[in-house]
Amino acid sequence: MPRLTTSLLLAGALVATAACSKKHPEQLPPAPGPAPEQTQPTGPSGPVGDAVVPGSSADFKRSVTSDTVHFGLDQYDIDDTARAILDTQVAWLNRYPNVRVTIEGHCDERGTREYNLALGDRRANAAKNYLAGRGVDASRINTISYGKERPIALGSDEESWAANRRAVTVVLSQ
Amino acid sequence: MRSILLLSAVLLAAPGAAQDMPATPLKVPPPPAQAQAPGGAPPPLEVSVTGGISAPMPIAIPTMPTDRVTDTQAGSTDALGKQLADIVTSDLKSSGLFNPLPPAQLRTVMFPEVTQPAFSYWGGSGAQALVQGFVRANGDGTLTVGCYLYDVSAQTELMRQGFVVPPADWRRAGHKCADMVYTRLTGEGPYFDSRVVYVSETGPKARRIKRLAIMDQDGANHRFLTNGQSIVLTPRFAPNQQSIVYMSFVNDKPAIYVYDLGSGRQRLVTTTERQTFAPRFSPDGRWIVYSMSINGNTNIYRVPAAGGTPQRLTNTPGINTGGSYSPDGSRIVFESDRSGSQQLYVMNADGSNQQRISFGGGRYATPVWSPRGDLIAFTKIAGAFRIGIMSPSGSGEKLLTNSWQDEGPSWSPNGRVLMFFRQGRGNAGKADLWSVDLTGVNERRIPTPLDGSDPGWGPLRP
Repeated sequence: MPRLTTSLLLAGALVATAACSKKHPEQLPPAPGPAPEQTQPTGPSGPVGDAVVPGSSADFKRSVTSDTVHFGLDQYDIDDTARAILDTQVAWLNRYPNVRVTIEGHCDERGTREYNLALGDRRANAAKNYLAGRGVDASRINTISYGKERPIALGSDEESWAANRRAVTVVLSQ
Repeated sequence: MRSILLLSAVLLAAPGAAQDMPATPLKVPPPPAQAQAPGGAPPPLEVSVTGGISAPMPIAIPTMPTDRVTDTQAGSTDALGKQLADIVTSDLKSSGLFNPLPPAQLRTVMFPEVTQPAFSYWGGSGAQALVQGFVRANGDGTLTVGCYLYDVSAQTELMRQGFVVPPADWRRAGHKCADMVYTRLTGEGPYFDSRVVYVSETGPKARRIKRLAIMDQDGANHRFLTNGQSIVLTPRFAPNQQSIVYMSFVNDKPAIYVYDLGSGRQRLVTTTERQTFAPRFSPDGRWIVYSMSINGNTNIYRVPAAGGTPQRLTNTPGINTGGSYSPDGSRIVFESDRSGSQQLYVMNADGSNQQRISFGGGRYATPVWSPRGDLIAFTKIAGAFRIGIMSPSGSGEKLLTNSWQDEGPSWSPNGRVLMFFRQGRGNAGKADLWSVDLTGVNERRIPTPLDGSDPGWGPLRP
């Protein structure tokens, strides 16, 4: 019974976010049609086994090594560690070809505001280009740069800065 | 309708220039008798702005009397006289060039004394200059503020001005009076009667709430313009001060917008799926220069402020951003990492003739051209962020601040003072607005209700 509750909550959350996203101006690509594997999860007959909807954000986070890749100071190249992470994202994205993602680029606080908006865009696009190079349709991938506006680590030290220099892949609800 | 209220600044005719009397002459007390017989010729009273070492000039600014105590929408005229003197005192003190006498050394000035200063008293006070004035309520609801500057040792009047203001703008009369004194004694342009737009910050560091806000240069008349639902960054005034260009993350579509101060309405400047940021108006208000990122490359563009077709000005791989026009509109200073690190470049307004101007160690960012045209202010990154200045050719580099993170300078209307934001370290590190003058000596925190960043100092108000 607890499991069913979780599943219903998740379904409700999906509906809620989908309703929210409708308010935003849509992308140019056609609105996502009902993907075959997406039709069941809202019903009680869905995969309630572990309460994770296939193709969902939760499924993505559970299936990939990480949703985040990191960068060196003022760098935007995809290193081996990032490559390995992005490869698991490619595999998942290939399983769910109708799922769209946004890659968020972020920077640490040691760059100026406007430069960091540009640097975050570089990082998001570096990750995007890697995914696209591995066969993910580029039109499925949006990018956005937050510059230094949304750190996840709050210290002013090497460890925090390293954590904040990142590109995060976010699955969009359908 | 929140249109900008017009202040009629009335320059009273100096003795002998009566033909310049304005259409609505002010009934001010007659000119002082001393003006006719200056006697000897003492050295002219003046203040050095760039010297930096000379002591601030002692100046007396007593409470401005009223001819008749009257209640107005701005308060009673005798209370206003005290507050106006406080504004003039605060403005002049903030410039770092004046040392106003403490209240205990000031004498109570009666109305007839405004134009007949008690020089025998002031001569013993240590003040070199004296500012007197008066407040009067007019029949139509407006206020008249008279402002007189005297040379204490020469016992002469140096200048006088009268201002007629609506009650809501009463503080502006104080700023105009301070501007008169500052300009007459320093030879520099005025700047106290001006406003600042900036980003008001609150909340935890990971989810800062950022709102556009506007206030007078001294922090008074503070007002929020946006509600904080979206991140907003880098607001800058239009030259006519009727609108602000800035960047917003509204709808998760980071783009530049123009906020109309009269209507409170906002409009998107360019329609594109790309991220646009770093906007600034051209000096004639016809263009907005901005940056746009395409597939990781950022270049500088300009677009007619009224809307139209964008024109690309830079075309190099890497990051080109932070464009700022020269005051004559003919050139643009910007930053680019085309050499491998952030450096400053100058180009013609059409994008031609791009030349690097910064060659010191470290990185250079956020260039802003002085409204006087003689200097470019920037953020220098060498571990810490510091505010600096250099000539448009890159010579004469000078750093003005020395803190952990000082970023984003913005010029005062007269090009002698810079406002910037100072970021504190770590989890609890907050951002505050600060100002510093060109000597680098006079550094001051600008009071804001919450934290503040990205100041954009507006032009002198008309």
